Amino acid sequence: MSHPTRDELNARAVAKLAEIGDAGASLKPKERMAIPSQDMPAQDPDVRRNNTSEVATGYTEAQALLEAQRCLRCKNQPCVQGCPVAINIRDFVTAIADGDFQSAVNTIKQTSLLPAICGRVCPQETQCQAECTLGKSLKDPMQSVAIGRLERFVADWERERGTISVPEVKPATGKKVGVIGSGPAGLVVAADVRREGHEVTVFEAFHKFGGVMLYGIPEFRLPKEIVRREVETLKAMGVNLVPNFVVGRTRKLMDLLEKDGFDALFVGTGAGLPNFMNIEGENLVGVFSANEYLTRANLMRAYEKGRAATPIAHSRKVAVLGGGNVAMDAARTALRLGAEEVHLIYRRTEKEMPARVEEVEHAKEEGVQFHMLQNAKRILGDEHGLVTSIECLRYELGEPDASGRRRPVEVKGSEFEFEVDTVIVAIGNTSNPLIKQTTPGLETTKWGTLVADDNGQTTIPRVFAGGDIVLGAATVILAMGQGRRAAASINQLLAGE
Amino acid sequence: MMAQTPTILEKRQLSENVFCLRVSAPLIARERKAGQFILLSIDGEFGERIPLTIADADAEAGSITLIFQRVGMTTAKLASLNVGDTLAVLVGPLGQPTHIENVGTVVCVGGGIGVAPLYPIVQALKAAGNYVVTIIGARNKELMILEDEMRAQSDELIVCTDDGSYGRKALVTQPLKEVCERAEKPALAVAIGPPIMMKFCAETTRPYAVHTVVSLNTIMVDGTGMCGGCRVTVGGESKFVCVDGPEFDGHQVDFDGMMKRLQAYRNQERQAMTDHENHACNLDQAYRAATETK
Ligand SMILES: Cc1cc2nc3c(=O)[nH]c(=O)nc-3n(C[C@H](O)[C@H](O)[C@H](O)COP(=O)(O)OP(=O)(O)OC[C@H]3O[C@@H](n4cnc5c(N)ncnc54)[C@H](O)[C@@H]3O)c2cc1C
Ligand SMILES: Cc1cc2nc3c(=O)[nH]c(=O)nc-3n(C[C@H](O)[C@H](O)[C@H](O)COP(=O)(O)OP(=O)(O)OC[C@H]3O[C@@H](n4cnc5c(N)ncnc54)[C@H](O)[C@@H]3O)c2cc1C
Ligand code: SF4
Ligand code: SF4
Ligand code: FES
Repeated sequence: MSHPTRDELNARAVAKLAEIGDAGASLKPKERMAIPSQDMPAQDPDVRRNNTSEVATGYTEAQALLEAQRCLRCKNQPCVQGCPVAINIRDFVTAIADGDFQSAVNTIKQTSLLPAICGRVCPQETQCQAECTLGKSLKDPMQSVAIGRLERFVADWERERGTISVPEVKPATGKKVGVIGSGPAGLVVAADVRREGHEVTVFEAFHKFGGVMLYGIPEFRLPKEIVRREVETLKAMGVNLVPNFVVGRTRKLMDLLEKDGFDALFVGTGAGLPNFMNIEGENLVGVFSANEYLTRANLMRAYEKGRAATPIAHSRKVAVLGGGNVAMDAARTALRLGAEEVHLIYRRTEKEMPARVEEVEHAKEEGVQFHMLQNAKRILGDEHGLVTSIECLRYELGEPDASGRRRPVEVKGSEFEFEVDTVIVAIGNTSNPLIKQTTPGLETTKWGTLVADDNGQTTIPRVFAGGDIVLGAATVILAMGQGRRAAASINQLLAGE
Repeated sequence: MMAQTPTILEKRQLSENVFCLRVSAPLIARERKAGQFILLSIDGEFGERIPLTIADADAEAGSITLIFQRVGMTTAKLASLNVGDTLAVLVGPLGQPTHIENVGTVVCVGGGIGVAPLYPIVQALKAAGNYVVTIIGARNKELMILEDEMRAQSDELIVCTDDGSYGRKALVTQPLKEVCERAEKPALAVAIGPPIMMKFCAETTRPYAVHTVVSLNTIMVDGTGMCGGCRVTVGGESKFVCVDGPEFDGHQVDFDGMMKRLQAYRNQERQAMTDHENHACNLDQAYRAATETK
């Protein structure tokens, strides 16, 4: 794979734009389809695997202008159906093509509050870009209009110019709303409810705000500065932010409603408990959940070796179990913490991996070794309980299962063992039971997620919920979408009183 | 409702390496129950988060008491703080409270620093009407803590040291065995201390079928069930100490597995300690003392 530099990519885009000249607005669909899709400039793999700076450096202005010209401006906009919050994609992309970046941002912000974040981390290829006419015509979803990258471009443009305005807050209503958890779901609820003039307090168990965007998704994919800016905006709107407060323990949920004068609550506590494989050797020293590994690296900054007190394993050979974004993040973080070899073990094939395609590519470029159709059988250790190796089994694809994916079945007798000193388990989470355990009457599904209707209403009046605690492990944009709907319900409830 | 910055209100040194801090924390003081703990970090940006049991609390004054042993970098830094200093992070109360009930006779065993987390449990069991026999042990006289407090809350107090420099010369398991053999067999044993001590306490009570509760001191990160760093095997299943515990049935706990996990970060911690600027203050010795017992 050759890697043109940002300057080269930009020069090509500038030349192409000059060719198009003033004809941009009147291009025919055929001509738009002929414009090459714009690659995302990225740090060189050999450089970036040794730093924690952002890997994808973002489109240049010329690239954004050119990519936006690829949009066919479909009347029926199938892309919008693919976006969980139904951003008016055609209009914002057209505005970019016209060079009116401010209007593009404004269009996005009518429905999405966190474009700089979603533009970076949305699994676009399975959402908006999966439905794009252009991608369908070119028979490759990766050739769709790069909607996410364009979204990121204008959001960054606005932030870098410092023109982000603090949303207006209506006069005080005297109503109090509590938001539990400061992930994407909680943050958008806080913003939307505060705008109506209600007093809003966000309670966060950790000492910093942002949820998984802060302690899960690594800096090299989502700079923490972006999350911090969103939190700053909330502060400027007058939202109270309370860290180190575990609802259910520091204060019971019902006490907030019944004793502390809150008129409504939103629970956005995210997915919790990491799953383990329940295999032999999983409690050996050197076996981590991805959550623990990433939290130590991100939140407690273990990668700043000289400064952080938080210990983290100095691993040489790492096995990561799983195939989602979490697994990719753990694998790439391990490289950045100095591992010599990182092996990613997944029991299906690459096609079935739930991770974003771009992250899979980036991980490979950085040297993560992919082992498909394999799964860990047991982890072996020495007399001190330290991991020494992992034993895997080979799999083959059998009949499709309930999810429509072909079920991997193990190949009997195919066991093999290889040397590792660290194993990171990234096979998903189940919901954190803390609030449920301490709140009688709050019902959960058999998967432990909170029961909530389309408006986010839980089984307790005045208590709403959204995000991963309702959806199971999902995405930032879905969490945000649920938060917006719940906020609308809360605003409606309070307006009627 | 706003969380205030936790501030150290009082500091005492109980023995060479054991310190007692009273810290302002009105919300935690109001909610906490025996058996629960907090997580703290001295420096919110780069600091490690460590768990400590709430040894006592005063809801009226809005303060909690922490008793800790200086064993590593974070506890050493904590020991160097003074009245008026603040903590960047103090979160709690975490964990399931101890199940307190009047069961008749209970025997409570504390070893070393484990006497501190045992204290609120003894208090609560006594207040619930139990006949409380307390056994506290330390390596030597200098390391004995909370003797007077324990005596005031217990119907009987047995004190022992490994070297016989104070009280009986015995390991805590000896008087524990004797108590189990009494005509009025205790209905419950609670043992808190180094893992090896808890393991042998559980082995001591097992033949007498005395239900034995232990409080596990695993490594923790978030304390809310998110990371799994605190997991232990109990009755063949993985449990998270921060949300399922910290107390478990001592007869079911895989102590050997847990002790190995506690060493997980030992090498890095030793490195961190060497790097730590205050390492002149006897830390190596403290470190060795803390690890020798295991
Ligand atoms: C490593 C990793 C990579 C990911 N990559 C992507 C990606 O590329 N794209 C994507 O779209 N999604 C990704 N996700 C998923 C995405 O981050 C989540 O779906 C999203 O953050 C869910 O948002 P949320 O608001 O529901 O909860 P969270 O972000 O989980 O936030 C919940 C917050 O609530 C706090 N909390 C929990 N319990 C309590 C309590 N009792 N009291 C107070 N506070 C509490 C938590 O500390 C946390 O801060 C990734 C997740 C991980 C872990
Ligand atoms: C629920 C709970 C309650 C606790 N209550 C108390 C308490 O009331 N008072 C108290 O002094 N300690 C208590 N501990 C133990 C305390 O958390 C550790 O001593 C502390 O984390 C050590 O931090 P450090 O940075 O100073 O030492 P580190 O540098 O982290 O470690 C130094 C040495 O101590 C060992 N060590 C590390 N963590 C532990 C641990 N959890 N238990 C035993 N040895 C450990 C290491 O292996 C190493 O040898 C509790 C632990 C838990 C989980
Ligand atoms: S928010 Fe996500 S799904 Fe929606 S348009 Fe943006 S990138 Fe696509
Ligand atoms: S489907 Fe694709 S080409 Fe059509 S409007 Fe949407 S982004 Fe443009
Ligand atoms: S400390 Fe993280 S799950 Fe218990």
